[in-house]
Amino acid sequence: MLMKMRVSSFVLIFGLMGLSAAFADSSQCPVEADVQWQSEPMHPDLSDLPSLQRGFRHYVNYCLGCHGLQYQRYERTADDLAIPHDLVEEHLIFSDQMIGQQITTAMPEASSTWFGVAPPDLTLVAKLRDPQWLYNYMNAFYIDPCRPFGVNNKVFPNVGMPHVLIGLQGNQRAVCTDVPMMAENGGEARDPLVPGRVLTEEQCGVLQVEEGTGTLNEEEYRQFTWDLVNFLHYVAEPSRMDRYRIGVYVILFLIFLAVFTWLLNREFWKDVR
Amino acid sequence: MRAGTPELPPSFLARGVAWLDERFPLTETWNYHLARYYAPKNFNFWYFMGALSLLVLVIQLGSGVWLTMSYVPSGEQAFASVEYIMRDVDMGYIIRYMHTTGASAFFLVVYLHMFRAMLYGSYRKPRELLWLIGMAIFLVLMAEGFFGYLLPWGNMSFWAAQVIVSLFSAIPFVGESLATWIRGDFVMSGITLTRFFALHVVLIPIVLIALVFLHLVALHHVGSNNPDGIEIKRNKDANGIPRDGIPFHPYYVVHDINASVIFLILFCLVLFYAPEMGGYFIEKPNFEEANPLKTPEHIAPVWYYTPYYAMLRAATFPLFGLDAKFWGMVVMAVAILIPAALPWLDRSPVKSIRYKGRWSKAMLGIFVVSFLVLGYLGTIAPSPMATLAAQIGTMAYLSYFLLMPWYTQVEKIKPVPDRVT
Repeated sequence: MLMKMRVSSFVLIFGLMGLSAAFADSSQCPVEADVQWQSEPMHPDLSDLPSLQRGFRHYVNYCLGCHGLQYQRYERTADDLAIPHDLVEEHLIFSDQMIGQQITTAMPEASSTWFGVAPPDLTLVAKLRDPQWLYNYMNAFYIDPCRPFGVNNKVFPNVGMPHVLIGLQGNQRAVCTDVPMMAENGGEARDPLVPGRVLTEEQCGVLQVEEGTGTLNEEEYRQFTWDLVNFLHYVAEPSRMDRYRIGVYVILFLIFLAVFTWLLNREFWKDVR
Repeated sequence: MRAGTPELPPSFLARGVAWLDERFPLTETWNYHLARYYAPKNFNFWYFMGALSLLVLVIQLGSGVWLTMSYVPSGEQAFASVEYIMRDVDMGYIIRYMHTTGASAFFLVVYLHMFRAMLYGSYRKPRELLWLIGMAIFLVLMAEGFFGYLLPWGNMSFWAAQVIVSLFSAIPFVGESLATWIRGDFVMSGITLTRFFALHVVLIPIVLIALVFLHLVALHHVGSNNPDGIEIKRNKDANGIPRDGIPFHPYYVVHDINASVIFLILFCLVLFYAPEMGGYFIEKPNFEEANPLKTPEHIAPVWYYTPYYAMLRAATFPLFGLDAKFWGMVVMAVAILIPAALPWLDRSPVKSIRYKGRWSKAMLGIFVVSFLVLGYLGTIAPSPMATLAAQIGTMAYLSYFLLMPWYTQVEKIKPVPDRVT
C-alpha cells in the first residue's frame, strides 16, 4: 500500500515535470527578483509535545520518502515525544525496520540523478540552516512554469526540490494585488476625504494562494509547516531539553558551592588583612 | 600538636608520610611548590588565569579521553560518530560540549593570562625563560586546537584545515612537498584525518603537559611577579620569608578554588545554554559532513584564531617575486611569534603598567583595540573596506611591539614604591 503511494507520488512529480516543461512559456514566468517575501519569525517550542508529534507524523508521511534522518532512531524519537512504541511501529515505521534503528529513507540510490542532486539527509538541517529559514522556505514556493518542477522558491531561488506539499498548500502564485498604502508615519494611509477609508495601491509579486486548490487553508498550512520545522529543530539536537533541565541543577549546585568557597576564602584571608 | 595535650604516638597518617618522605620528596615538594612557596599578597583578578588554564587543561584531558572512547577517526565514520556521541552515548552530548566549550575557554583564559604578563611586565628579567616557555605552550595550544578542529569532519573543519595547510604550499621551492607531507596525501583526506587525530590525542598533549610542567618549575624558581612589578624576594624578614609574600597554600589555594567555582558557573552557562555561541564556538557549516566539492560560502576559523587570520588576509600584494599568500603567512607568523621578543623589546626601568608612562598605556590600549578589531575582521567575509581596516589593524598591532624599545625609554615614569600596595 505504502509502496504504491510512494510510486504514485513519483509518477505525479515526473508528470508535473513533463507538463511544466511542455507548457513553459517564459512570458508567463514570474521574475524571481520581483517576487515579494517578508521573512516571518519562527521560534520553535520543544515543550509543545503535540506539535512535535504532529511534526514527526508529517515528516514520515511527506518527507521521509526522499530525506532520511540517518543519525536519529525511531525509539529515541518515540520516547522523547511520548509516543507509545506500538503506535510508532504501527503508524510511523513504513519499512521493515525495527524501532531501535535509525530513521533512514527508502529512496533508491539512483534518485540522485532524478533531481540533479541527492536529497540531503535532514537530521541536522535545523542547525545547518535555522528554524526560521526552514519555515519560510516551506512557505515561499510559488508557481513558475519555467522551472523543471513547475515551482520556484523565494527563500531558496532555483531550488532543485519540487513543492511536495503543493497538494496541501495549493497553488501559490506571484500576483498583482491591491495593498494598503503606507503613510509617512508608518501606519496605513487613509483617505483624507472619506474618513476611515484606507488608501490602497497595486503591488505586484505578492504571493497568494489560489483559493480551493489546496486541501488545507492558509492557517492550517502554516501550522503544518510550523510543526514540521519544530520537529526538525528537535531532531537536530534531541538532547536539548535534557541539557536545559540538567543545566539548572548543575548551576544551582555550583552557586551553592560558590557561597561556601567564598566563605572559606574569606576565613583564611582574615589573617592576611 | 597543641600545648598541654599529652604526647601521643605519631598517627598512622604521619607514619605513612614519614615512610614516603624517606623514599620520595613528598613533604619537600609540597612545601617547595605550595605550603612554603611565597606569592605576593597583592594578586588581583588577572592572577586567576594561570590556575584557570590549568583547570581547563584538566577539563580538556578528561573530556577528551571520554570522547576518544566513542569517536571513530576515519573519513567514513568520523562525522557519524560525533552524532552518535551526541545522541546515543549516555551524557555524550555533555562530554562533547565540555570539550568544545573547553577549547574556547582555554584560549580565553590563556589570552587573558598573556595579557596579564603584558600589563605588569611579568616577562621581564628574571622571568624571560618563563615567558618563552609560556609562548611555546601558546604555540602548541594553537596546534592542538587546529588538529582537533578537523576531527568532527564537518565541512568547515575540512575547509579551514584545507586553507591553513595550503598556506605551506606558498613557501618557495619546498612548499608543495611540505603541504603534501603534512596532509599525507595530495588532497585533504581520511589519511589527513587519522594523522591529525594521532597528533591531537597523543603527541601534542604530551608536549603540552611537559611544557606546562616546565612553566611551573620555572615560575616557582623565580617566583611570581605582581601588579606592582616589585621583586618581593628583595625584602625578606629574619626567617628569610618575603615580607610581602604569603604561602601559596592555603591562601591562594582557597582563592583559586573560589575563582574556579565562579569560572565553572560561567562555563556551565555556556555549556548548557549556548554551546554553539551563535556559531562562534561551533560554526554552522560544521553541521554538514566534509565535502571536497562544496566550499562553504565563507570560510572562517574559530574565533580564537581570527585576529591572526585577519592579518594573514591583510597581505594582498606580491613582493620580491613571491605571491601575496606567502607574505600573508609571513605576517601571520610574525604576529604570532613577536610577543616572544617582549623581554628584550621592553626597555622601561619599571615593569608594571602602574608606573609606566602615557606612551606605554596608550600603546597597550592600541594593542588591545587592534587585537579585538582584527578578531572581528577575521570572522567576516573580505571586502575592500575590511581589508583596509585589517591592514591598519596589523600595523597598529605590530607597532605596539616594534616601537616598544623607543617609547618605553622616552616616556616619563612614576616612582616605584618599596613595598607592594
